[in-house]
Amino acid sequence: MSNLTKENFENMISNGMSLVDFWAEWCGYCRMLTPVIEEFQSKHGGEIKVIKINVDSERELAGLYGVNTLPTLVVFKDGEEIDRKMGFQPIEVLEEMTDRPERNA
Amino acid sequence: MNDLIIIGAGTAGLTSAIYGVRAGLSVKVIEKAFYGGQIISTVSIENYPGMPGINGADFAVALYNQAKSLGANILYEKIESATLSGDIKKIVTSNGVHQAKTVIIATGAKPRRLGVPGEEKWIGRGVAFCATCDAPLYRGKDIAVVGGGNVAIGDAIILSELCRTVTVIHRFPVFEAEQLQLEQAKSKTNVQFITDSVVREITGDKKIEEITAENKLNGQITKIPIDGVFVAIGSEPDNSMFASEIHLDEMGYVIAGEDCRTNVPGVFAAGDTRTKKIRQIVTATADGSVSALAAKEYLSI
Repeated sequence: MSNLTKENFENMISNGMSLVDFWAEWCGYCRMLTPVIEEFQSKHGGEIKVIKINVDSERELAGLYGVNTLPTLVVFKDGEEIDRKMGFQPIEVLEEMTDRPERNA
Repeated sequence: MNDLIIIGAGTAGLTSAIYGVRAGLSVKVIEKAFYGGQIISTVSIENYPGMPGINGADFAVALYNQAKSLGANILYEKIESATLSGDIKKIVTSNGVHQAKTVIIATGAKPRRLGVPGEEKWIGRGVAFCATCDAPLYRGKDIAVVGGGNVAIGDAIILSELCRTVTVIHRFPVFEAEQLQLEQAKSKTNVQFITDSVVREITGDKKIEEITAENKLNGQITKIPIDGVFVAIGSEPDNSMFASEIHLDEMGYVIAGEDCRTNVPGVFAAGDTRTKKIRQIVTATADGSVSALAAKEYLSI
């Protein structure tokens, strides 16, 4: 996932479901979220794209998506933002965030 | 039915879980917000034996992974009520009822507030309690830090990297923070120190504009233009939900000695939330071990 740009990010999230984790190296809650994101990836990585964005190296993307607190988790479906949560979240919440469209269908 | 329910997934609670599982107990940990507790706001832990300089969040992640991989069940639920007397302890949460034969209270402590006009109004919008969490919101801004301990001085160092100016306001003439950390903060050109002064008020219209400090020695008032204030003046426990059964001291800490036993058989207290003189990571992990093994002993009698 090198050279993340606005264009290839938009391309990445344009189809299917994506869970995007905006984080930074120095952010404690972001580090704590890491094992949860990894657990999520190993359980659901087949159906859901898990993308991590370092806001220090990708300030433009962070600004574009209005990220002003860390960590911020955003769920996209076919390019559309469908859910967003700030701060540490347990895996149950991530599953709930990414399940919502199916559950409502 | 679990052998042991641990309330709180901070350093003490997760250590209790590690010792509990390894002692063969079925363990459930109930946490209301996030694992790790207060330690995650420490950037660099300099006094934990054998791990000099470990990042607080990394320490919390390692504890969490260790407890989880051993088989501890960590749930994120808010406790509504607890019935701890009797052989079967009942904990009611937003998700249902949990029962166990023993309980360890490891609820820790939360940041203490200043209690001055303006603080409540601006919490989350300029008044913050965790620099490692909220520092990015204040990039390029003018910030005050209130307090003089390791957390306050650590916050000042973190913020000095991001903010335009940092003003540390402390009520005493000398800082309680460790010397090395203090020297690091004092070496930053954008950090200034106001000692012997207490905060009187935080004011602003649409956002925080000013903090007012009063010098305790000569009564002189200083108004400092700021965009935000980080409050780092220590912590206090929150055990009111257990008060009808468990003896608490006047500050709200659970009364228990070094054996972690409370006045109720089968209920133990571990970590910062217990009455004790030294509140450190190493004393929290020590309590984690002692309380879990005490629970094991209670169950085998």
